[in-house]
Amino acid sequence: MTLFDFFKRRDSAPVARERLQVLLAYERNNRNQPDLVAVLRAEIMAVIIKHVQIEQDDVRVSMDRGDTMSTLEIDIHIPNAGAATGAAPAF
Amino acid sequence: MAKVLVVTSGKGGVGKTTSTAALGAALAQTGKRVAVIDFDVGLRNLDLVMGAERRVVFDLINVTQGVAKLSQALIRDKRVDTLFLLPASQTRDKDALTEEGVARVIEELREKFDYVLCDSPAGIERGAQLAMRFADEAVIVTNPEVSSVRDSDRIIGLLDSRTLRAEHGQNITKYILVTRYDAARAARGEMLNIDDVLDILSTPLLGIIPESEGVLRASNVGSPVTLNEPTNAAARAYIDAARRLEGEDVPIVLPVHRRGLLDRMFGRRAA
Repeated sequence: MTLFDFFKRRDSAPVARERLQVLLAYERNNRNQPDLVAVLRAEIMAVIIKHVQIEQDDVRVSMDRGDTMSTLEIDIHIPNAGAATGAAPAF
Repeated sequence: MAKVLVVTSGKGGVGKTTSTAALGAALAQTGKRVAVIDFDVGLRNLDLVMGAERRVVFDLINVTQGVAKLSQALIRDKRVDTLFLLPASQTRDKDALTEEGVARVIEELREKFDYVLCDSPAGIERGAQLAMRFADEAVIVTNPEVSSVRDSDRIIGLLDSRTLRAEHGQNITKYILVTRYDAARAARGEMLNIDDVLDILSTPLLGIIPESEGVLRASNVGSPVTLNEPTNAAARAYIDAARRLEGEDVPIVLPVHRRGLLDRMFGRRAA
């Protein structure tokens, strides 16, 4: 760490705040879901992560319970290979 | 008829036991009859923090199982005669605590006291759920630190779903008690500030307990900080919090940090 870095050091509290806001929005959403949805989400995630690097938020599973029929919605975001490795996008 | 409060947090080590002892003693000093119950079966510590560790004969589980009467198990504080402790069992299995047993004990305490403070164990398992089960109000002890805030959020979810009041569609009053707050670090943007914590948890504030050496000194000698050093900053913050629990309108003062020379030269302002 150079002296310059010391003076440049970013406040860490705003980072903590932002991380918490993102995480808790996600956890609160999952908390009210039936257990089945949580299990499905974890298992789907485990299968995909064997092949593609994804993050928790990239798999969204939700269930709509109707009177006669329920629908299960699965939304998976897979980052492009370039973006996943952090390489600059090609224009 | 007593008000039953649970002091909880999810995360361990944030100050539940210290806060239970300090708030209980502060309430009792105003003449209110206060019972503090340790729900941490197997890892009891409220007795030690209150300096009653050598006076424990019977415990909460003995009472729930009918082995001892409540009056035999309650330990009267030697400093404040309206303050009583019901210790946890140190030897028994935590499964020995049943919901029916706890319900009976709380019911009996409600008749005899003005306040019943339940010191919850850490975690979200059975012990923590039983501690909150019969509460009317909850004090959620939170450190300005990410893991503590996350666990507090989880506990708020449980309070709103697993307590008896919640199951009956009634509100459970919840307060955040921020402990170990370091005003200097918050001012430097190194620690979540109070607004951040309250904003994230959207729950009202009961008080801000500043980080203080007096808290450790008090537990060293087995005396609640509000009795041991009543003029200490942390003790005053607990006394104010207790008055707010009593319904008094005591303005919350943010602990201030006096900026020293180095801070002035190099310090950053909070974002």
